[in-house]
Amino acid sequence: MAEVPGEPGRARGVQHHARWVRVSHWIATVSLLTLAFTGLVILMAHPRLYWGDAGNDLTPALFELPISRNYQHGGWDKPMPLLQDATGPISASRTYDIFNQNGWARSLHFLAAWWLVLPGAAYLLAGMFGGHFRSHVWPRARELAPHLVWRDVVNHLRLRIPPASGGPQYGLLQKCAYSLVVFVAAPLMVVTGLAMSPALTAAFPLLSRLFGGYQSARTIHFFAFVTLLLFVAVHVAMVVRSGFRRQIRAMTVGE
Amino acid sequence: MKTTGLITRRRAIVTGLASVGGLFLTRFPKDLPPTYGNLLRMGDTFTYAAHRALLPGQSLVREYSPKDITSFPATGTTNPGVSEKSALGDAYRRLQIGAFADWRLSVEGRVATPRTFSLAELKQLPSRTQITRHTCEEGWTAIGQWTGVPLGLVLGAAGILPAARFVVFYSYDDWVDSIDLLDALHPQTILAYGMNGRDLPLPHGAPVRLRVERQMGYKSMKYLQRIVVTDEFDDGGQRGNIQNGWAWYTGI
Repeated sequence: MAEVPGEPGRARGVQHHARWVRVSHWIATVSLLTLAFTGLVILMAHPRLYWGDAGNDLTPALFELPISRNYQHGGWDKPMPLLQDATGPISASRTYDIFNQNGWARSLHFLAAWWLVLPGAAYLLAGMFGGHFRSHVWPRARELAPHLVWRDVVNHLRLRIPPASGGPQYGLLQKCAYSLVVFVAAPLMVVTGLAMSPALTAAFPLLSRLFGGYQSARTIHFFAFVTLLLFVAVHVAMVVRSGFRRQIRAMTVGE
Repeated sequence: MKTTGLITRRRAIVTGLASVGGLFLTRFPKDLPPTYGNLLRMGDTFTYAAHRALLPGQSLVREYSPKDITSFPATGTTNPGVSEKSALGDAYRRLQIGAFADWRLSVEGRVATPRTFSLAELKQLPSRTQITRHTCEEGWTAIGQWTGVPLGLVLGAAGILPAARFVVFYSYDDWVDSIDLLDALHPQTILAYGMNGRDLPLPHGAPVRLRVERQMGYKSMKYLQRIVVTDEFDDGGQRGNIQNGWAWYTGI
């Protein structure tokens, strides 16, 4: 096996996770867990999802999530027409308090987002220019031959999981999953998040148009989160299955 | 090993980042809201500083066409005359009975000539009509048409002083909030007295509400009573966002 890049003096033959990869991993872990939790708290204030730019309790939703008392919304004053046209848009006053913990949840969400965005950008730059993505994460073209992909899928379905290598020698589906998270899902979370910022969309209108409006960006933000959540569930299951102690040692002390 | 004069990749990157950083530092806001040693407030302040340092100054939010106007919930206070059990609520109720003919908006603080504006006086100033999206921090949005006078014109009429840094608003539902001068002088920041071609309805903040289009809906205060220009940050005490757990800057 080749010399361990960036880790001279390390034993040949066994490649370990580089220190910056380990640090990035745990920063992302804490940040994503905080984002997931506070994101759900924020969603509970208004658990309805829409498409387009505008959507509220007085307009139809794509669907509603039964996750807070605001789900069974009611308690609205008699609606009044907003324009001359009596069948047009309406206004109504809300007469009851909803579940709303958004004050701290929003602030903590954005604080955690900085901890995803800034170290995440450093991680992407280091991975791109240091060769980590090319040698470990990005699947090679010849690996993607249909029979190889099929073999790895069958192995996973039969739960034939090879024991942990303790380093970045990833399997094919593993590479595909990591690539999807690092290059697609996580950046999509960030960009759809930014597309909900009134100050940023004023400065960069394309950000909003890209996703078809504020509420579309919010809906995509939610489904990208669900995708990431599924990834985390499978990721943790695979860590346990392939040797929990070995994997945790490899990703913390780097042995 | 002699490396002087060599332009290494590392050195090029560091120099490049430092010069870009230097450019942004000149735009970094001088007056930051206090963090009270609170981690969440530090995050809010970091976001505020980053927005002010990195975003172009006065870009406009998207304006829509009349057919985009949607239904519009009225939340929070929807009638201070009923909900405020105080002198403020009584005062509002009296103004409402008189169709706001006696309503006066006081503009004071760091201005050359502190004065008041009646509704008629505000309507005599040049007006601006804009169809914009109201973005509530709860997660819902609504599109409405607002007519009013740009806040910059009102502040200009009172003669804003060079020491001015923030504009503080007091409302009839007993709330205090403020914005910085960049937002106060933004062309789309208006004191709105009309909504969708009619007088501003009571649940939406009659007679006059603020529109701060580049921030979350809760910064667009309803039921305006008084405007104070200050040279220092004022968190509004127990009637302001910060001490109630809400971020002061909400451009995100």
